[in-house]
Amino acid sequence: MAETKPETVDVMDITVEFTGGLEMLFSNKRKHNISLPSKDASGAPANINFLVEYLCKHVMKDPRKDLFVLDDTVRPGILVLINEADWELEGEGEYAVQKGDNIIFVSTLHGG
Amino acid sequence: MADRIPALETQIRLLEARLRRLKGDLAEARKTAEASAQVYETLGPLSSSEKDLKLAIDGGFPDAWRTETLAALAQPVSPEAKQKKHWPLSQEEYRRYGRQMIMREVGLEGQLKLKRSRVLIVGLGGLGCPASAYLAGAGVGTLGLVDGDVVEDSNLHRQILHGTERVGMPKVLSAAEGIKSINPWVSCRTYESHLSAENVMETFLDYDLVIDCSDNPATRYLVSDACVVLGKPLVTASALRTEGQLMVLNYPPRPPGDTTGGPCYRCVFPRPPPADSIVTCGDGGVLGPVVGLMGVLQALEAIKVLTKTDPISKEAADGWAPTEPPSLTIFSAYSAPQFRSIRLRSRRAKCATCSVQATVTAESFTSGSLDYIQFCGAIHSVNLLSTWERMPARDYAAVRNRSADKETKGHVLIDVRERVQFDICHLDGSFNLPFSCLNSWPAPGTPGSESNEDSETQKLHHQLQQLIVRDPDEPVYVICRLGNDSQIAVKKFKELGFDNGGIKWIGDITGGLRAWKKDVDDGFPEY
Repeated sequence: MAETKPETVDVMDITVEFTGGLEMLFSNKRKHNISLPSKDASGAPANINFLVEYLCKHVMKDPRKDLFVLDDTVRPGILVLINEADWELEGEGEYAVQKGDNIIFVSTLHGG
Repeated sequence: MADRIPALETQIRLLEARLRRLKGDLAEARKTAEASAQVYETLGPLSSSEKDLKLAIDGGFPDAWRTETLAALAQPVSPEAKQKKHWPLSQEEYRRYGRQMIMREVGLEGQLKLKRSRVLIVGLGGLGCPASAYLAGAGVGTLGLVDGDVVEDSNLHRQILHGTERVGMPKVLSAAEGIKSINPWVSCRTYESHLSAENVMETFLDYDLVIDCSDNPATRYLVSDACVVLGKPLVTASALRTEGQLMVLNYPPRPPGDTTGGPCYRCVFPRPPPADSIVTCGDGGVLGPVVGLMGVLQALEAIKVLTKTDPISKEAADGWAPTEPPSLTIFSAYSAPQFRSIRLRSRRAKCATCSVQATVTAESFTSGSLDYIQFCGAIHSVNLLSTWERMPARDYAAVRNRSADKETKGHVLIDVRERVQFDICHLDGSFNLPFSCLNSWPAPGTPGSESNEDSETQKLHHQLQQLIVRDPDEPVYVICRLGNDSQIAVKKFKELGFDNGGIKWIGDITGGLRAWKKDVDDGFPEY
């Protein structure tokens, strides 16, 4: 869906991974190389909230969006990890994504 | 006031038990201190080599040995004294644990700590079996086992303590037998019921550490809350399909409000996931070695915690000293790398259980104010279709009997299980349209809907359309494993307009293939 964003927008390359079953919502692919626009529609630097919105719009083909996003944030039971650390250590959704970042979305498992 | 009585009684009982244990520990500590003081007295002034020896001994010798050794140095050994010589472990135990005792990480001191430890294992399934087996092997003194289930055939591929001949037996009894055969020195206490808010305090009270091997979020929150309230470290893990997750929580187990304590399950997951987003091992599947590995890791983390804990001051929270910050270990069998360690947050400032503002307390368990099932949301059975859209398995069998080829001539049967399940077994003549494929079809009229589909999905979409429109009068039956997904699929077909505005009948087989086996063909495989 690259054609939906204007060619002039600066992008940064990041990797996004899905695990714990979330990959099933993303074409059964765990690792995605994403070229994320560096700024959101209002011109603010792209943060995790923007990334989540971007993933929903452009990467997720499964229509069951509520298994990924609920009440405008990542649904309960999903951990967001920024470069191997809990996103709560990095400022959660407000964290400004940097070029080369590795963002992992982990759905918690309950089986035992 | 009257309603506070049970809560106060519980609190008193818990405090009294804790006090009893503290007094016991104190008496033991006093006895040891007195004994070594006496020995030093009889030795008189120490020479420098004796001082060195004493220093070396103080560095890590167990008290029992210290007394023995110094006494042996103080006087010539008489035959009677030799007979009286008391070793802290039996001959068999030295042989049994030698391989781990000679390691710096354990040593005799660590072995004695393990022997004195009491560990509670919640759930004796795919995690609990290997976790308890390794802890029994390592010589943990007391293992408490909690589970209300009985052993089933479908458990055996991964729940290694339960043998084929023990199908039907309560899991805790089966596990206790397995543990005894691994190590008769372990004392097992069995709790043949599921953990509940009512019984959790009394069950946990006597243990030093809890291992969560359960299989549902409600129990995970319950176990974590109780561990925080009672000050027990918690080793929790979970597994599904090819992946596993592991965390050591509430470690160090400091009181609620102390921000230097380890985070609890609620700190990491303040809100439970929606009930319908949860996949069980029964639905999603699990590889035995994956869940087994996670259980083995739980035993390992427990051994690390137990051998490090100061046995005297363990009741005082300050006795705990973790060397690593809290982390989440993620295992993924089919990824490279397979293991990842993620740094976790510390205690949440507003955590309902472990913060200053905690609302979960010892009383709240017994007062009934905590409903974990409600908190996590009950999984309601799917009931989307009306009676006339559903057909019992027996009636569908009659439809097949009436058809010209005794299969699906004259109607369409769509099986919406995933392809891998369809390949295990299916009814002759059925067309496989995997539920995940159907789910990824966008609603009609969505812009760009066609380009969003991959070629496999497009092919299926096309085949299905051919099948459904080949005869406008042919009814369409939808079947799945249990009769839930089939209802959702029927709804979806109607949304997509496949029922031709209500002219074509589309409905599902009530109870799915399980009902087919039960009511029609008992030779049909059940997996």
